[in-house]
Parts: sequence; structure tokens; C-alpha cells
Amino acid sequence: MAENNNLLVKLDNCGVYKSSKWIVRGISLEIHKGKIVTLIGPNGSGKTTSAKMILKILKSDEGQIKNFASKMAYVPQKINIDWTMPLRVVDFMKLTSHINNLEIVDALKLTGVDNLLYNDIHNLSGGEFQRVLIARAIAKKPDLLVLDEPVQGVDFNGEIALYNLIKKICSTLNCGILLISHDLHFVMSATDHVICLNGHICCSGTPRSIVKNSAYIELFGEHNATTLSLYQHDHDHSHETDGRVTNNV
Amino acid sequence: MFDDFFTRALIAGIGIAIIAGPLGCLVIWRRLSYFGDTLSHSALLGVTLAYSFSFNITFSVFIISAVVALLLINLQKRTKLAGDSLLGLLAHSTLAIGLVLIGFLTSIRFDLMGLLFGDILAVDVEDITIVYLGGATILLILYFIWKSLFSATVNYDLSAAEGMRPEVSNFIFTLLLAGVIALSIKMIGALLITGLLLIPAAIARNISSSPRQMVIIATLAGVVSVIAGLFVSLEINTSSGPSIIVVALLLFIISLIPLEIKGQLQK
Repeated sequence: MAENNNLLVKLDNCGVYKSSKWIVRGISLEIHKGKIVTLIGPNGSGKTTSAKMILKILKSDEGQIKNFASKMAYVPQKINIDWTMPLRVVDFMKLTSHINNLEIVDALKLTGVDNLLYNDIHNLSGGEFQRVLIARAIAKKPDLLVLDEPVQGVDFNGEIALYNLIKKICSTLNCGILLISHDLHFVMSATDHVICLNGHICCSGTPRSIVKNSAYIELFGEHNATTLSLYQHDHDHSHETDGRVTNNV
Repeated sequence: MFDDFFTRALIAGIGIAIIAGPLGCLVIWRRLSYFGDTLSHSALLGVTLAYSFSFNITFSVFIISAVVALLLINLQKRTKLAGDSLLGLLAHSTLAIGLVLIGFLTSIRFDLMGLLFGDILAVDVEDITIVYLGGATILLILYFIWKSLFSATVNYDLSAAEGMRPEVSNFIFTLLLAGVIALSIKMIGALLITGLLLIPAAIARNISSSPRQMVIIATLAGVVSVIAGLFVSLEINTSSGPSIIVVALLLFIISLIPLEIKGQLQK
């Protein structure tokens, strides 16, 4: 794209239709190099589905996706590795790329788990595994990094350190980052663009603008929403329990 | 050297074991043991068709196994029946069709036992050539798709997101499985092929800590089972295919010992 060579991904009115209903619909967004875009929203709001659409794991059933990323890396929300597969951290780090042990150790150092290089992956704790997952994605040196709840199971101090790392990676690798997170403090303080999902895009914008948006406040409750900013109350729609929109103008 | 029937059996069997090692690991990792079973049941139909139309057996079995594998993938997209039900459906219906067809072949003397359990002692030089040429092809293809296949085995989404094209390698892997069954049906037989795929890989899992190690040990365990099994069958005059599997089973039991010791030490 000549007019914007920092553009990595552009979704235009995309959606995924499965078992006779739309999981998400009307998703339009852009991810640029060196910027962090975050998806927030309640359970089942289609955050992971949207991420999979961006990663080309799922096909969009409508709209258009343009993907200019040359190398994508993914930290999935959940990975179960069966016991029948003998796998050490070092093997897992090489899963989709040809990198040497030096690069592997460097990446593991960033997330503080370089001591686990030859450990059996089945014996890691949840937090340790999460750190390995993040290190693996970083070691690929991607230009688009998608992180789905990357710090789940990590202790409190570690969480802050990992979020800072993600921010640092974004600028050192000059990569675009799509982050799915429940941590509103980090989302609001460190990301460039916030998209609030609930089956569709409820609202989106800079963190500063989003905390004032009524749709955001409705999704996350007044208490959470006010942790960062005051707001004006003016709903333009509300949600059924399954996420369907009902207008109440 | 190829004059002796026993030497020919050894050479053919070792060839099959070398192909079965890496493929068997993938079968175990991907929980496809029943899938292998289904393919080998359907192989019977392939053999019957080969006799009916005087085709090459290996080729005919490969085609039928491949068709059944692709049918399965197609069925999985169309119905919500669980994978194991669909496998059972295909396994038993192809087996039944094969047996019904055998009924029509009254003019040909048909060695059903030979089909079920194979006859490795009857291999000729042509069979050996097919095993080694076919085996080399299978292993070469496997080498090229290994990274994609392995990453998709660990996590499909991750593999797909990071550009490994797992859908392509999965499809090729299915054909390779059909290929190894076609190569070995004449020697090991329809009922025991899955055993030669699974047991060496299971032995290897007990005593290895990395995927590469598991593949190497599985291959070695398969080769040892074939050699020891054939010598046992020669010595005490038992049928060769089952003897190979029994030796593999004994190795499996032995491989449990280090696991047991490790467990004790960790307490």
C-alpha cells in the first residue's frame, strides 16, 4: 500500500459465521507497525475469533481482509501438549522457525526463563509455560505479533514486567501488536488503539477517548471504567445476554 | 545374498520397520491409532480388487486406503458423528465389502490368513525393490513436510498462523500413511500393520525426552523387533508376522522399567 507502508493488516467489515450464527460481525480495524492494538470485551465476545481471522486461521465469511505482514507470530490462549509427545523447551522454541540455541537463550532471558531450556515442557508451571510461549513468539522476530491473554497464570510482579517487555518489543522490533487482554490498567496506559468487542465493535479509539464511551462503561461496569477517567452517561444501545444489540435510543 | 528366503524376509522387514518408525511416532502423537486400523481394514478391499482385476496389490491397496482416508476427511466435514464412529463405519464397511467380493472370486484360491497376517517369508526381489523405493519416497516426502507436520501436531492454530500450511502437510501425511500400509500388507498383513506402527513408537516414548530421540528409538525398536521376531519364528517355527509383534510387545514391557525406576526416584 503506497499511501501507508506501515499498514500490516486491514479488516473491512469482516465476520465469522459458524453453526448458523455470527460469532463476530462487522469487524473493521487496522494494525500498523510499531503500534499496539488491544481487543477487550467479555467472555464469548469474539476476541479470539477476531484474532484468528487476522492470523488467517479462520476465513472471514464476509468483508475483506488485507494482510501485508511477512512474518506473524502467535501466542494462543490455550495450548495442551499431550504427554505422548516428548518435548523440551528448546524443541518447542524451534517449532516453526530455524533458530540457533543462542537466539533461543536470548529470547528466554527476556521473559526470565532461560534456566528452563532443557526442561520437559510437561513439567512447567502455568506461568512458566506462558513465559516460554511469549519468548517463542518474540524469538521469531515477527512483524505482526498476536498475543491472546499472554500473562494468564503469571504472578503479579511478573505480569507488569511482561507487559513492559511487550511494549519494548513493539518498538525494538518495530512490529505491530494485537493484544487481547483483561488488564484494563495496562490497556489504558500503554496501548495505542483500543477496540471494545461484544460480537461486534461496540466502540474503538484511543484509550483516552474510549474510557469516556458509554458502550465501554456498560461493558466493564462503572467501577472499572472510572478507574481511569470520568465519563458521561449516554447509551445508544444495550445488549441481550447473548450479546445481541437492542437499540434503546 | 538375495537367494535365501530368510535373508529376503530380513531385508524387507527392516525396510518396513525403518519407514514405520517416524510415521508411527506421528500416529501416536496425533492419536491416530484407530485411523491406522481403519486404513488397514480397508486394505483388504484393495487386495480383493487387485485379485479381481489382476492389478498390482501394493498399488491397489494404496489407492483404496487413500480413498478411504479422503472419504473420512470429507465425512468429518458433513456430519457431527464423532471421529471414532466414522472410523468404525468405514473400517467395517470396507472390510465387509472386501469379504463379500472375495465370495465372488471362486475361481481364485484365496489365502485369507495370508492377507490378515501377511507372509514375510514369501517376499521376492521385486517386493524388496518396491519396499525400498516406496520407503525412500515416503521418508523423503516426510523429511520435507516434517516441520509443518510436527508443528501442527503440537498446535494446529499456531502452525497455521505462522505460515506452516498445516492443511497441506496433513493431507500429504494421510497419503503417506496409506502408502506405508500398502507397502507392508503383503509382509505383515492387515491385522498387524498398526501394531508395527504403534508398538515401537510406544516403546520409544517410554524412554525418550525429545521428539528426535523418540523417532530414532522407535525406528531402532522396530528393526530389532523384526530381526529378533524373524529369528524366533525360524527357530521355533511360529508364523513370522505375529512373532515380530510379540517381540515388540516384550520390548515394550522392558521399556516400562526405566519409567518405573524414574517414578520411584521421584517419590
